[in-house]
Amino acid sequence: MSGHDSKYFSTTKKGEIPELKEELNSQYKDKRKDAVKKVIAAMTVGKDVSSLFTDVVNCMQTENLELKKLVYLYLINYAKSQPDLAILAVNTFVKDSQDPNPLIRALAVRTMGCIRVDKITEYLCDPLQRCLKDDDPYVRKTAAICVAKLFDINAELVEDRGFLDSLKDLISDNNPMVVANAVAALAEIQENSSRPIFEITGHTLSKLLTALNECTEWGQVFILDALSKYKAADAREAENIVERVTPRLQHANCAVVLSAVKMILQQMELITSTDVVRNLCKKMAPPLVTLLSAEPEIQYVALRNINLIVQRRPTILAHEIKVFFCKYNDPIYVKMEKLEIMIKLASDRNIDQVLLEFKEYATEVDVDFVRKAVRAIGRCAIKLERAAERCISVLLELIKIKVNYVVQEAIIVIKDIFRRYPNTYESIIATLCESLDTLDEPEAKASMIWIIGEYAERIDNADELLESFLESFPEEPAQVQLQLLTATVKLFLKKPTEGPQQMIQVVLNNATVETDNPDLRDRAYIYWRLLSTDPEAAKDVVLAEKPVITDDSNQLDPSLLDELLANIATLSSVYHKPPEAFVTRVKTTAQRIEEDDYPNGSEQGYSDATSQVADGAASPPTSSSSSPYTATRQSAPPAAAPAPAPQVPDLLGDLMGLDNSGAIVPADQPAAPSSPPLPVLLPASTGQGLQISAQLTRQDGQIFYSLLFENNSQIPLDGFMIQFNKNTFGLAAAGPLQVPQLQPGTSAMSLLPMVLFQNISAGPPSSLMQIAVKNNQQPVWYFNDKMAVNVLFTEDGRMERGSFLETWRSLPDSNEILKEFPGIVVSNPEATLDRLAASNMFFIAKRKHVNQDVFYFSAKIPQGVPILIELTTVIGNPGVKCAIKTPNPDMAPLFFEAVETLLKA
Amino acid sequence: MAGAVSALFILDIKGRVLVWRDYRGDVSAIQAERFFTKLIEKEGDPQSQDPVVYDNGVTYLFIQHSNIYLMTASRQNCNAASLLSFLHRVVDVFKHYFEELEEESLRDNFVVVYELLDEMMDFGYPQYTEARILSEFIKTDAYRMEVTQRPPMAVTNAVSWRSEGINYKKNEVFLDVVESVNILVNSNGQIIRSDVVGALKMRTYLSGMPECKLGLNDRLLLEAQGRTTKGKAIDLDDIKFHQCVRLARFENDRTISFIPPDGAFDLMTYRLSTQVKPLIWVEAQIERHSRSRVEIMVKARSQFKERSTATNVEIELPVSADASNPNVRTSMGSASYAPESDAIIWKIRSFPGGKEYMLRAEFTLPSVTAEEATPERKAPIRVKFEIPYFTVSGIQVRYLKIIEKSGYQALPWVRYITTAGEYELRLI
Repeated sequence: MSGHDSKYFSTTKKGEIPELKEELNSQYKDKRKDAVKKVIAAMTVGKDVSSLFTDVVNCMQTENLELKKLVYLYLINYAKSQPDLAILAVNTFVKDSQDPNPLIRALAVRTMGCIRVDKITEYLCDPLQRCLKDDDPYVRKTAAICVAKLFDINAELVEDRGFLDSLKDLISDNNPMVVANAVAALAEIQENSSRPIFEITGHTLSKLLTALNECTEWGQVFILDALSKYKAADAREAENIVERVTPRLQHANCAVVLSAVKMILQQMELITSTDVVRNLCKKMAPPLVTLLSAEPEIQYVALRNINLIVQRRPTILAHEIKVFFCKYNDPIYVKMEKLEIMIKLASDRNIDQVLLEFKEYATEVDVDFVRKAVRAIGRCAIKLERAAERCISVLLELIKIKVNYVVQEAIIVIKDIFRRYPNTYESIIATLCESLDTLDEPEAKASMIWIIGEYAERIDNADELLESFLESFPEEPAQVQLQLLTATVKLFLKKPTEGPQQMIQVVLNNATVETDNPDLRDRAYIYWRLLSTDPEAAKDVVLAEKPVITDDSNQLDPSLLDELLANIATLSSVYHKPPEAFVTRVKTTAQRIEEDDYPNGSEQGYSDATSQVADGAASPPTSSSSSPYTATRQSAPPAAAPAPAPQVPDLLGDLMGLDNSGAIVPADQPAAPSSPPLPVLLPASTGQGLQISAQLTRQDGQIFYSLLFENNSQIPLDGFMIQFNKNTFGLAAAGPLQVPQLQPGTSAMSLLPMVLFQNISAGPPSSLMQIAVKNNQQPVWYFNDKMAVNVLFTEDGRMERGSFLETWRSLPDSNEILKEFPGIVVSNPEATLDRLAASNMFFIAKRKHVNQDVFYFSAKIPQGVPILIELTTVIGNPGVKCAIKTPNPDMAPLFFEAVETLLKA
Repeated sequence: MAGAVSALFILDIKGRVLVWRDYRGDVSAIQAERFFTKLIEKEGDPQSQDPVVYDNGVTYLFIQHSNIYLMTASRQNCNAASLLSFLHRVVDVFKHYFEELEEESLRDNFVVVYELLDEMMDFGYPQYTEARILSEFIKTDAYRMEVTQRPPMAVTNAVSWRSEGINYKKNEVFLDVVESVNILVNSNGQIIRSDVVGALKMRTYLSGMPECKLGLNDRLLLEAQGRTTKGKAIDLDDIKFHQCVRLARFENDRTISFIPPDGAFDLMTYRLSTQVKPLIWVEAQIERHSRSRVEIMVKARSQFKERSTATNVEIELPVSADASNPNVRTSMGSASYAPESDAIIWKIRSFPGGKEYMLRAEFTLPSVTAEEATPERKAPIRVKFEIPYFTVSGIQVRYLKIIEKSGYQALPWVRYITTAGEYELRLI
């Protein structure tokens, strides 16, 4: 059944518009219809037919559904440019929205919602209200989406006219399609609103789970996506939800499967039973594998997601690595992603097979893919110690093929392998040196030079090799120049003979006088100065042992990973970037005042990220550990130290004459901390003129009691002593109090080192500290202090994400204690996190729950008691909910005080 | 993560907009067109470009079909899996309408295209993509009636894939069990990956609203029913069902029950990842007699029972791109040189089980080789075949019960066939 609409695209005569105008006003129905088709055809090819507005709208009142649809289509396109004329259509719209035919009712509402003209929008409200309660589900489902349209144009109107409530009512509709669209609309409205509008309660949850069984595949995706934000109350509820969702894994539509996986993974975080978790992992593996039989575009999305999933739950696909082996006909973007997952799943058990595959790929034709395969071999070597040797032998075999780019890539990864396993595989250096001439890419060259410099003492002709590069020094790219400089210095330090000595002169000269690259010049001057002042010190610096690298490339930050896992199947999970990084809203209408008021503190970190995405988009990130930049930095740690070097070459003579005073800037004296005044504990009125202010502080991992004595009495005071009563943490002075004689009207500060666990008091924990101070002139003064427990938080309180989760789960719920701090506002989370971290309360992860942000922290007090803290708040709004989980919950009140103090600060 | 697309575009092979539907007014056609044209110009081969591209605040998702692109543009965090599946489904719907989906057929039917886009997606949310039901109320010119239509009940029903009131004189169901064998053999002759992907393809010609129940020799089902499973039952790794199958019911007691759509559809697909013995094994030996003369000897062996026969066997043997003057002899079937794919294609119409056939090919290579020869694309040997009346998995349809309230008798017809899927041997 093929049409012949193409004829409408061609007009032969001149004066097209007047001709169309005439036809549109024809008395014959068929002619009018043909004319409208021609108008639409013209619109499709981009001709401006807006001048025909009135004539087209005149055709709107028709019984012919096809014609009506075409006129509506025209209206959607041109109403904006002719807002005044668009009013002409309103009457027909309103009439159509009451038509006996549900198709026409729905069409009218759907189209009206698409016309983004304020004047029309006002007239939309009444028909919309009716259609939301229409008898026909087809009309209701269309109306549900229309509410979202209206919200996009005029949010206030939606709230004022109570459409949100009508929409919420539709969640209980008996038709699954209506429910699904209502969910989609509500989710979108929620996303654009700062107020909680659509909160999923236990009741809606069960409604939606039921609708899930009956609605279309697309509807299932809406519902699953909305439900994945639901936070189950406990493990049991989570298990129940998962049980209702798992059948979706059998759905033929990949999107349904992925959304179900997302939801299951979210709920799994709450499930404590390892059996259940293991079982779920087992259930998810086959559907994930089957996604790889879908169309390549969908495979690509699936692979990007699997990449995330295996980072969190490596066991799911641990035995399935073979399904990620590349097929000959896979599109290149699929192959690249498969490779990434193969590296992640590579283990001692399967490495032989994986290497065989990589080797196969390394001989394919697509250069990018080949390079990535070679790099993959290197990354496996770094990741799997026991397989490193086999990886190297594969790399050597590849080098022997003598394909230029393979050799270069192999040398780059071998350099990283050397950095991972120093002094282990130098025997292959000779083979590498054979390929020296073929290197023409900066990164490969720099890597090779680094290897020569690092192992100069074991390469007999190291000086010759380096010399061969020196001739072209000025033309080399900066990366290579830096490496050459460092390598020559290394060579000189290792073999201080005549040849290297001459070389170093040449290099230093080239790298200082002849260059205008400040990085290179700075580094050269530092070496120069080091070598000329103290060659031994130079050795210590330049030949110092380097830290061993690890393969952390392409591992995502845990909190980012959390966020991405919550966004499985969406663009965010494809880009591996949080939604804020690429979601852009173009305001097509100006009514969103509310949004502007909403302080979006949490998004600040990404404010400039959009441009970043633009460059890389979904291209796989390059591995960080092997990037040339880090390589250079690591091989020459001193260069990284910011040392101001003289910019004028004239100073050179002085420099050589060891007069480097001009180049040395005195270290900044840390400005005296302008800390807030200490709280007064013993007022002068009580202490016969002696006033004592004091507070516990923590400096460099040590606890101090910072005291201020003010003598307001008429006599000098001396012989100060201090005593602490038994207290919960056994805090006591570590030594005598050092306070000089105080003349009347003077004061003295003292920093008293403290120790813990000296005189521990029995009884319930308390932050109370009783202190006695005496001097030779006055009676003993007793006063109380409240210790800020946060000074006890130790520097090693940061927990690994994994162990945090484990600890959190291992502690019974009865250990979790809640407290509200109604008055506290977190408006700038970053600053707050920094402040907390400074007090050794370490940020672990963050997630979003509805509109609230939930932050997780860990802290530790001496004797290894961990404290897990969860803060829930709406950024910028008063009220912070704090939950603390710790092995000794009776300490919790103390911690609440501490957290409150820190948040208030 | 609510996310909807801003607009849907159909572009021609050069990236120019043919038809587009604007849902939100925040991405312009000019903007999208300019970007996409640039993209396909730059890439040369758009096949190598990821289907998800970001430009200037807008994410474009696209697929290609014959000489057109289908693309969505969005500014939100959309469900990428859903949208790409949707685009593929749009292709299916258009194909149902126009038989061929290409630039020409789109131009010829742009009115219907607009109508369909309006119905399939609303405000950027996928809505309804059942081609058969859509064609009940959106018709092309030839079938258009003057009476105004109503939306079929099915559009919003729980059974959204079937309309009521279908009537056939003869009620029949055809069920094809098609298994395709995917295999990957590495250069050591090791099987590194093998799996079987099966599909139950149904064509139903049934009246009314028939309630169907399908019984397979699924081990879990049989065990659940307490039956003995003497060697006949099979384990299916991952089963995917057409949306008509009640998933919750399957999860519960593994019964496959459904009200089928009318006409052809895939009832279910499944996967078996157990090691399969390659049904047709191919070995190749290359002898280089001199710099310029190469001889290949190939043995193909059928490794299935003698009572089965593979038909339409096609073995693709890659040869060097600069090979010339091939001289091929075979002990069975015919072989021809296909320079366009740098391969010798060996066709054997009928290949019974337990047989072995030979091919010998000789060709010449240029005696001069480039000094810096880039490595040649190492294509694997690829094999195509069909084996009727045979399944690798041993899956059996035990029954297909059809119950309709009018009580008619329906005839189910079942066929089995095994084909080669991605059947690759990296042996040359």
